[in-house]
Amino acid sequence: MSAMSLLARAFRHKSFAVGFTLTALLVLAAAMSLVWTPWPWAEIDIPLKLKPPTAAHWLGTDQLGRDILSLLLVGAQNSIVVGLIAVGIGLIAGVTLGCVAAASRASGKLWVEELIMRASDFTFAFPALLSAIMLTAIYGPGLVMSIVAIGIFNVPVFARITRGAANAVWTREFITAARAAGKGPLAITVDHVLPNIASQLIVQATISFATAILAEAALSYLGLGTQPPQPSWGRMLNEAQTLMFQAPLLAVYPGLAIMLSVLGLNLMGDGLRDLLDPKLARQR
Amino acid sequence: MSSFGPFLAKRLLTFLATLAVASVLVFVVLELLPGNAAEVILGDTATPEALAALNAKLGLDQPAFTRYLRWVGGLLQGDTAHSISYDTPTAELIAERLRVTLPLALMAMVLTVALALGLGLYAASRHNKIGDVGVMAASQVGIAIPNFWFAILLILLFAVHLQWVSAGGFPGWTEDDGGGLWDGVKALILPAIALALVQAAILARVTRSAVLDVMREDFVRTARAKGLSRRQALWRHVLRNAMIPVLTVAGLQFANLITGTIVVENVFVLPGIGRLVFQAISNRDLIVVRDVVMLLAGVVVVVNFVVDVLYAVIDPRLRTQ
Repeated sequence: MSAMSLLARAFRHKSFAVGFTLTALLVLAAAMSLVWTPWPWAEIDIPLKLKPPTAAHWLGTDQLGRDILSLLLVGAQNSIVVGLIAVGIGLIAGVTLGCVAAASRASGKLWVEELIMRASDFTFAFPALLSAIMLTAIYGPGLVMSIVAIGIFNVPVFARITRGAANAVWTREFITAARAAGKGPLAITVDHVLPNIASQLIVQATISFATAILAEAALSYLGLGTQPPQPSWGRMLNEAQTLMFQAPLLAVYPGLAIMLSVLGLNLMGDGLRDLLDPKLARQR
Repeated sequence: MSSFGPFLAKRLLTFLATLAVASVLVFVVLELLPGNAAEVILGDTATPEALAALNAKLGLDQPAFTRYLRWVGGLLQGDTAHSISYDTPTAELIAERLRVTLPLALMAMVLTVALALGLGLYAASRHNKIGDVGVMAASQVGIAIPNFWFAILLILLFAVHLQWVSAGGFPGWTEDDGGGLWDGVKALILPAIALALVQAAILARVTRSAVLDVMREDFVRTARAKGLSRRQALWRHVLRNAMIPVLTVAGLQFANLITGTIVVENVFVLPGIGRLVFQAISNRDLIVVRDVVMLLAGVVVVVNFVVDVLYAVIDPRLRTQ
């Protein structure tokens, strides 16, 4: 299938189109905020605090008179950084472990596969929030700790998916042919296994990205994630909660931003699954 | 049922090993990694005398292995270490806080299952019609809503705008505490709804696809050919078979609910486990953090084990795998 026809098919797929648009908006917001925001986001203007939306401040101002829209745009950077690194950690470590597990199974070393998969079962006992609590209890709260916690949680997720998909590929005839031709496990994994499981990994990465944004928002809301003054949607919600009686809208915008980002990524993931795996799509 | 014994034994062994490894992980992360827990607890400004005193009090002058055994032995016998900030055994603190967290998690679970089954069955019975599309779209949005934001929105609507309930806090279960059974339940309704929404959205999707899968099976076609209506076939044959994946996911979600309470309890200022561990972090009370994290990880492992076993009870084919 040519790239153009795939693209045309992609945009006829409703949930992919909606998801892609929302995700593109998230990326655009973050990129734009690097060079331009309606107001300097850190500019404090106490006399102007807690103003409702006006022509100058489209979404109003917060308790320090900062422009809400600018804070939201800069907050998008935060979500993207957390998502990218946390998913990156999960992808690199998880895919490596999954590939090693599948390759050892194929060469008869079942115990290596068993060891890796049991180890990843253990880490499932620690959801991202629990790992983050342990890490912040020792090292103090912060963005790095929350990214590490979410990343660790992603490792077994990717390890399981990789191993499952890779095991299926290892039983195919072209792998037998490659082995007969004298290719080693590493070469087979890189040349044949990874390209064949890439679509499943892309789908999972999209969905894990959404989960990472949610987890970071929850941690920042609790004060365990991103620290002031760096704007983060989760912490904006925390600050807004104390001002609910004076400025209820402050508690609405950051949540909407989180929801739309997560919705976009999830829809895009679903769409990608249908588009990249037509067999699965027909079953649904 | 002959193969159930070995299956159960194997699962039980894995379960115990997982618990043991989880406890080692918690111990290593919270007791060995920091180097010296007393330093973390007292901060950078502590005097050497204070450090030495706390080291002795916490038993940190003992070798790591002895400390680990003492900790696990204590947990098993309910004889836990004293919290640093409350100076009470952590088991007592946790038991007291569970009186809020457990009812909250149970209420949320009941709500989740009721909502999910209703919506999932409705969507499946209207497959590809407007009702199905509507429920599926709503569940996508539900999955994307952070539970703590939904909690804040509920407070905005019911406490700030309508002023039906207070914005948070817990009156207690008995009149001696200044509350009562109904007051207690009332304080947990909004938190339970906030927790249930996301889980129900996920479970409704699982229910729908499970029901649709079973509806395509031959035995359902036979039932329909015999003259059963779609509705009769659904109630007599489909539902029972579709419950297997639904129960599995629902069981796993209970673990999510337990960790979800950490966040939601903080939104509503409920004196539960989540609030306890959150305050323990602020107070640098590593003893409480360690025991609560172990409890929560333990709950996740236990629930996984129970789901595994239940699954095999319902579907004997799984025992041989």
